[in-house]
Amino acid sequence: MKDTIDKIRSMFDGGDADEKREDLVFVTVPATQVVDCLGYLRDRAGYRHLVMISAVDYIERGVFQLTYLLHSYEKQNDIGIRADIGRDDASMDSIHRLWAAAQVYQRELREMFGIDFPGSPRVDEPMLLEGWEGIPPMRRDFDTKKYSEETFFPREGRKTADPATHMAEKNYASEEQVKRSVKDLVRGRRKRKGNDG
Amino acid sequence: MMEVLKQAGYSLATLMVVMNYGLLLVGLVTIIVARVHGRIGPPIWQPYINILKTLSMRTALSHGIMFYLGPVFRIVGGIGLLFFMPVVYGSSWMQNFSFAGDVILVVYFVFFGMLGMALGAAESGHPYSAIGIMRGLAQNTAAELPFALALMALAAQHQTLSITDIVAAQQGGIAHWNMITNPVATLAGMLAFFGMMMHSPFDVHLAPQEIPIGPPTEFHSSYLALMQTNRSIFHAAKLILFMNLFFGGATSIFVMVVKTFALLMVVVFAGVVFPRYRVEQSIRWFIRIPLAVGILAVVISAWK
Amino acid sequence: MSDEIKKVNGIDEGFDEISEYFCDARPSPVSPSANRIVRNFQNWAQANSIFILGFGTGCGAIELRPLFTARYDVSRYGLFPRPTPRQSSLFIIGGYASIKTMKRIIRSYEQIQNPKFVMGLGSCTVNGGMYWDSYNTINRLDHYIPVDVYVAGCMPRPESLIAGFDRLKELIMEGKAEGANTYAENFDWYKNNQKKIIKNWNMPEYNW
Repeated sequence: MKDTIDKIRSMFDGGDADEKREDLVFVTVPATQVVDCLGYLRDRAGYRHLVMISAVDYIERGVFQLTYLLHSYEKQNDIGIRADIGRDDASMDSIHRLWAAAQVYQRELREMFGIDFPGSPRVDEPMLLEGWEGIPPMRRDFDTKKYSEETFFPREGRKTADPATHMAEKNYASEEQVKRSVKDLVRGRRKRKGNDG
Repeated sequence: MMEVLKQAGYSLATLMVVMNYGLLLVGLVTIIVARVHGRIGPPIWQPYINILKTLSMRTALSHGIMFYLGPVFRIVGGIGLLFFMPVVYGSSWMQNFSFAGDVILVVYFVFFGMLGMALGAAESGHPYSAIGIMRGLAQNTAAELPFALALMALAAQHQTLSITDIVAAQQGGIAHWNMITNPVATLAGMLAFFGMMMHSPFDVHLAPQEIPIGPPTEFHSSYLALMQTNRSIFHAAKLILFMNLFFGGATSIFVMVVKTFALLMVVVFAGVVFPRYRVEQSIRWFIRIPLAVGILAVVISAWK
Repeated sequence: MSDEIKKVNGIDEGFDEISEYFCDARPSPVSPSANRIVRNFQNWAQANSIFILGFGTGCGAIELRPLFTARYDVSRYGLFPRPTPRQSSLFIIGGYASIKTMKRIIRSYEQIQNPKFVMGLGSCTVNGGMYWDSYNTINRLDHYIPVDVYVAGCMPRPESLIAGFDRLKELIMEGKAEGANTYAENFDWYKNNQKKIIKNWNMPEYNW
């Protein structure tokens, strides 16, 4: 693991390693190096299994952060390769030649985030949003509530309640009372102690 | 001429009796299957309500002329099968028509409805109909082989091709039944009977899980009512056919009901115990043991 | 739009599947029998033999299966599963319906023959349920097809469904479950609503 991380950092201009667990490390590399880096990991370092591709919309920084998660059956650990790409006109190199299954993720990212993967098979075909117009729904500047209210005829009379307080008041009234009195008791004792001290 | 008209009227009356009997049998089988599943099941008159309900649907549509004729052919198969054999032997009004070669005609009528359905279902254009018809025809053809051989054995044994004569030869006690006098042919016929009754394990053409409902997928409203009616008539007619061929026929309605009911229970109990065969499994099953038994029956009959 | 279908099915050039296989006639309302006795008798038959087309769009469909098992057994009340829209009369929408599913729902609904009833199962069909602010699931089913009975809950138990069936039977007996005629009378309104959410309408206008 450590050797692989060092290799990535020296060969592909990798940034700092973000070690989440003993067997899960994320490394950030420049977007242009991602395909090479993944190819190296697949063919030389034994990370043959592509777990998933995911994207996060960092609207504050103006980037999409792509994460390619790989798994090694021999070493029993995971490496995540992160790359930032610009939010405007977002485009990324396709990896469907490394893993054919990646085309499904890329199609999904194209549909939900509007990230283009030129050359990826059927990337422009919608999976879920047939005939979608406007900005892709998973981008953070897309207001899903407003869209839903405009499109789907909301029914009047919907009330919103915080689940925790609502449950406590409706279903567990006596337990709540006991909890409150215990809290008062503890607080009162603490106060008295403070006075004594 | 008057004689034929009188007989036609009697046959229509017989048809009504057999239809109601068949509807009650269908309802009863549903209840028995439900009880085996641990359920209570619908009331016994549910098939009547189902037919009334499908008749009271307000719209119906057609896919073409064969779509109309499919259910009609099917019910012609059921009624034709019933009309050429004695329901109650020796009765003045449940005797039906008979002539010298009606065993051959009956074999045709068993298959005729299926072919009519094939044409109607093909016209509906639904892929599941086509799959169901293909499986049903393949399996029925396989089941007809031992049945035809058993019929040949019976014809050779009694030197006749008339069902009425075969029934007449079996009168006079259980020792005269073909079940006793020709057990090998009876065995072949009964094994074919499982396949012809379309209960599990041989109901792959309906296959509710994989091809929703098989051949009748597109049939609705009055078409469906016709097919539900035919289901009861055909069911009862096949039971009466086997009763006539192997189990001595019947001399009263009561005996007819007892014998056909016992015959039906054999199939129903086999059906609730055994899971469904796939079509290639059922065809293999039919062309192994039942076919061998059928050939044996013919050989024995020829030997005598 | 028909080009797309042709490509998928691999059918010869120049074969217009939609005009060949589907009718473009608008639905027309068919009024029930004028005779009161006949009408009541037909309604009784409709209420006591209901063929269910269960459409498992969402998690709600998991509550449909126990209905046919030994514990709840709705066949006692004359309800039977029928996996084809042609023969069934009750259409159960089992939970949330996404836009892509709505296409299939509309097509199946239109293939059911005239006295047809719809049961909305779960809160998602009532007001969107927990997916009320989603970009891809509808909020109110009754804006797209007429609904006779809603069974609220997330998820409703099979007992609630049986109560819903009882309510539906009452409605049918009273002659109030005329969803098919409502649909035919307000056809333009329903089609407008459907087309508002289904952007690529690559299916026949009305597929009976």
